[in-house]
Amino acid sequence: MTTVNPILVSLLLPLVGALLISMTGRWPNLRETITLVTAVTVAVVVWSLVPEVMAGGRPELQVVHLFGDLQIAFTVEPLGMLFGALAATLWIVNSIYSIGYMRGNNEKKQTRFYVCFAIAIAAALGVAFAGNLLTLFLCYEILTLSTYPLVSHKGDRATVASARVYLGILLGTSIGLLLPAIIWTYLVAGTLTFAPEGILAGHIDGPAVGLLLALFVFGVGKAAVMPVHKWLPAAMVAPTPVSALLHAVAVVKAGVFTITKVIIYVFGVDNLFSEPSSGWLMYAAAFTIIAASVVALRQQNLKRMLAYSTIGQLSYVIMAAALLKPLSEIGAAVHIVAHAFGKITLFFAAGAIYTAAKKTELSQLSGIGARMPWTMAAFTIGALSMIGVPPTGGFVSKWFILAGAFESDNYVAIFTIITSTALNAAYFLPIIFAAWFGREVEGGKDHGEAPWPMVLALSLTALATLGFFFFNQPVLDLESQLVSQLP
Amino acid sequence: MEILGLYNYWVFVVLLMIGLYAVIAKPNLMKKLLGLSIFQAAVFLLYITMDKVDGGTAPIIQPGAVDQLYSNPLPQVLILTAIVVGISTIALGLAVVVRIFEAYGTIEDDEIQQADTRE
Amino acid sequence: MSLTSQLPALQVVVPMLTAPMVMLLRGSSLAWAAATAASVMAFCIAIALTLGVHDAGVLTYAMGGWPAPFGIELRIDAFNVLLLLITTGASSVALLSGRFSLARDLPEDRQPLFYAAWMVALTGLSGIAVTGDAFNVFVFMEISSLAGYILVAAGPDRRALTATIKYLVMGTIGATFYLIGVGLVYMMTGTLNFADMEVRLAEVTDRAPILLAAGFITVGLALKAAVFPLHFWLPNAYHHAPHMVTVFLAACATKVALYVLLRFDFVVFQGNLVGHMAQYAGFLAPLAILGILVGSAIAVVEGHLKRLLAYSSVAQIGYILLGASFGDMAGLSAAFTHMFNHALAKGGLFLVLAAFALRTSGLRLRDVAGLAHRMPLTCAALLILGASLVGIPGTAGFISKWLLLSAAFQQGPLGMVAVVVVVLSSLAAVVYVWKIVEQLYFGEPEDVSDKAATRTQASPFKSEAPAMLLLGIWVVALANIYFGLFPGFTVSLSESAAAGLMSHLP
Repeated sequence: MTTVNPILVSLLLPLVGALLISMTGRWPNLRETITLVTAVTVAVVVWSLVPEVMAGGRPELQVVHLFGDLQIAFTVEPLGMLFGALAATLWIVNSIYSIGYMRGNNEKKQTRFYVCFAIAIAAALGVAFAGNLLTLFLCYEILTLSTYPLVSHKGDRATVASARVYLGILLGTSIGLLLPAIIWTYLVAGTLTFAPEGILAGHIDGPAVGLLLALFVFGVGKAAVMPVHKWLPAAMVAPTPVSALLHAVAVVKAGVFTITKVIIYVFGVDNLFSEPSSGWLMYAAAFTIIAASVVALRQQNLKRMLAYSTIGQLSYVIMAAALLKPLSEIGAAVHIVAHAFGKITLFFAAGAIYTAAKKTELSQLSGIGARMPWTMAAFTIGALSMIGVPPTGGFVSKWFILAGAFESDNYVAIFTIITSTALNAAYFLPIIFAAWFGREVEGGKDHGEAPWPMVLALSLTALATLGFFFFNQPVLDLESQLVSQLP
Repeated sequence: MEILGLYNYWVFVVLLMIGLYAVIAKPNLMKKLLGLSIFQAAVFLLYITMDKVDGGTAPIIQPGAVDQLYSNPLPQVLILTAIVVGISTIALGLAVVVRIFEAYGTIEDDEIQQADTRE
Repeated sequence: MSLTSQLPALQVVVPMLTAPMVMLLRGSSLAWAAATAASVMAFCIAIALTLGVHDAGVLTYAMGGWPAPFGIELRIDAFNVLLLLITTGASSVALLSGRFSLARDLPEDRQPLFYAAWMVALTGLSGIAVTGDAFNVFVFMEISSLAGYILVAAGPDRRALTATIKYLVMGTIGATFYLIGVGLVYMMTGTLNFADMEVRLAEVTDRAPILLAAGFITVGLALKAAVFPLHFWLPNAYHHAPHMVTVFLAACATKVALYVLLRFDFVVFQGNLVGHMAQYAGFLAPLAILGILVGSAIAVVEGHLKRLLAYSSVAQIGYILLGASFGDMAGLSAAFTHMFNHALAKGGLFLVLAAFALRTSGLRLRDVAGLAHRMPLTCAALLILGASLVGIPGTAGFISKWLLLSAAFQQGPLGMVAVVVVVLSSLAAVVYVWKIVEQLYFGEPEDVSDKAATRTQASPFKSEAPAMLLLGIWVVALANIYFGLFPGFTVSLSESAAAGLMSHLP
């Protein structure tokens, strides 16, 4: 028996799943079963790669050779492994949640929803495992296009307008800035295949480095560094499972993951460190963190507030990566995981509240803790993780990023982290306080918890948020390989 | 003197310009086509004048005539083809003009455009 | 002599002989079948020639046994077969899938004549692509143009006639300019064979007439190729022609003129005129850039789908010209790859419009609102083709955009301007493609009967395009993906075509 390449399987399975889902649209129970089975199988296959990568292996898969040195090929390295495993695992939880949400809200076109979701996951895994910039770009664009029907799911005028902003910014930045950056890289370095020491090392210096870095950072619109962040609040018109998995994990993390990967594998940490013209990135990220937190403070809509919170948290990862210190690079990777657990919990809670109570505004949440204790408990855990309070996952990553900042004596970064922590507390704590101790507005609808699949899903992710505080060693081990690779 | 000596080229240029002017400036489609015809005729003249060799005769091999100076026959052959092409073009153009007249009731360019914008 | 060595001549002869035969056939079905068969056969010959060129490099054929430069020489290299593949392929796909669309646009008794004209157009276009003789190019160009005017005039409403007369006048002026240029070169060299011209021009001392000839030929062919600002005949002609004619002409007519422009310039002039490269690039690059910007901008605001795509074509011709104006290996091969890929994408999109036209009252943006619910398969193909036009990775359009941008990056500071322009126009392409997609998927039909048809989703496939048309659309759409993932063939063909032209540089 010939061995089947697990990378290929993990990329094709969601697509096969999508095909099956589209054919079984008439029987919802069968359709949902297929979604869940596919999600579990994909997760198993992706996890089966972990031991090899942990042991220092780099599974590879070459698909197509285009011309020159351009090819579509995949290589699994620690960072991608982490992102891939995260997306695949959370897809299971999210599928459970989706079933509750889509049925609970009687959404239309559920088949299309599940099909696009599966394709988006395949694309996210493709981004995670991409072995060169071209493959990454290909999967990045597929991710954008496959999530568009999800964002515009409702199909009314306002939704379509928001979805247009979503697609316009993501496609526009990627074609307008990222593609020229990739071609420039190819012409300068002669290759696009990721290399641990950075493929641009020794090929480019001076202000060009700063310019190329800017093309990359703003070209990857998914990372939502201001001013290309507007698409994320716009994407909140999507059904909540989409916001939860895609716009808190898969899509946005694909963005910061790409930037981290570009910093490490394309520019090379050492190369970038010795080049003063790249210093602006840290400040841009710091500005985004503070500004997004301030904007979040002023939001009235729960999902929009979470979106701005995400923008800030994404820039944590970018700032950590831009500090260019071993500890901060680990912090960046860990924060991808920690924030994923926390933010998906928060979105799950927001969706549960919408499904059970049809409430979307912050002012309506007063006293809701008594009616939905599970949901609000999970929400509290997620919020604490965003602020970075132990014992939640958010604390771990913040610790590493702070340590990295101290290591490089970067007081701007330290100041940013402390300020943003205070701001995060300022916008999350009043909600939590009001939810538990406030008095409910009179005349509201009588309701209890959301359907059980949703509660189950958000409890699981809340547990993961707590668990990550205690069991983060495997992630650290995996990602310390990143650092040990650094010269 | 040299300038006038090249009068055949001057005729070519003047005819060319007259034709082009008519095509561009005249709103009447018939006149446009007439202009186009003049424009093409100018080029025919260019080809025909270039084959003339001073003192040359028609390029027909006759018995007994040795070392005869001939004009170049090739451009004439070429221009025969070009004339056929030109005739076909004008014929097609006229056919289209007839149909335009049937459809619009006019062959004035500006009136046709008005009719189109009204639609 | 084996049949294989006759292929260059057969490429022209097959459609040429089919034309009168088709005209004599009574009954539109028979005429259609004969024309289609001839077109497919021409396509097969083009493939055979491609294989031949792949093995042998350059194929030559002396017409009537007269050796060049005395007789007419057919000369086929990589550049020619690229053109032949585009031309015959577009014609075959349009004919194969266009039966219903054409039957609707044309009265029954006119159809045999129409198909005869189609064959003549194919004859002319293939003839340009095989011949190595400058005057022969003119004759074939006029044959294809005359037939092309007839095809456009067959359009369903009377505005087709005004579009035709505009097209005819412009086309004739362009061809006549070309003729003047050829005449001037002949005066100085006494030959009409491209290869021979190159050799003999080197001995000519008086360069002024040659320079004049270069000017006439460039402007004349730019008119034929709809290079901005000589493009104004194109949107009208594409708009009012029968839909299948638009598919055919959009895919190849302007590209063939561009082919002649490049071949003439590189083979005859580049090696013999000192500093000609600077004149050539300095003339074409600004026009290309303006064409890209203006074409894209008009496409963004245009409300009629056919005109929108026509203006997009003006911009895409700018891409090809921009690549060619770099005058180096990378630029030329990018231009040639784009010729092929753009023909694939744009031809496919016009096919989709033909399908729409069968099921809607018009092709304005508001006429196709909500059509995705009634024609899901056609609209899905439009997504792929649109992605290819924009240049999304995984499609053919991405490959040529990549090559074009790489070529521009290598041009130094001026290349950066080109990069910015191409990027801007790609963004414009996103806008105008998306405008269509959004209408298709989210628009509310205005027409009451359309609305009812959209709502009763009993069988969404009932109102799909006819099977053959749908098949044609999907073959082209999948070809866009195939050549996006396996671009080896197009890129290597374009590179050897570019190498063929570059070898004439001093």
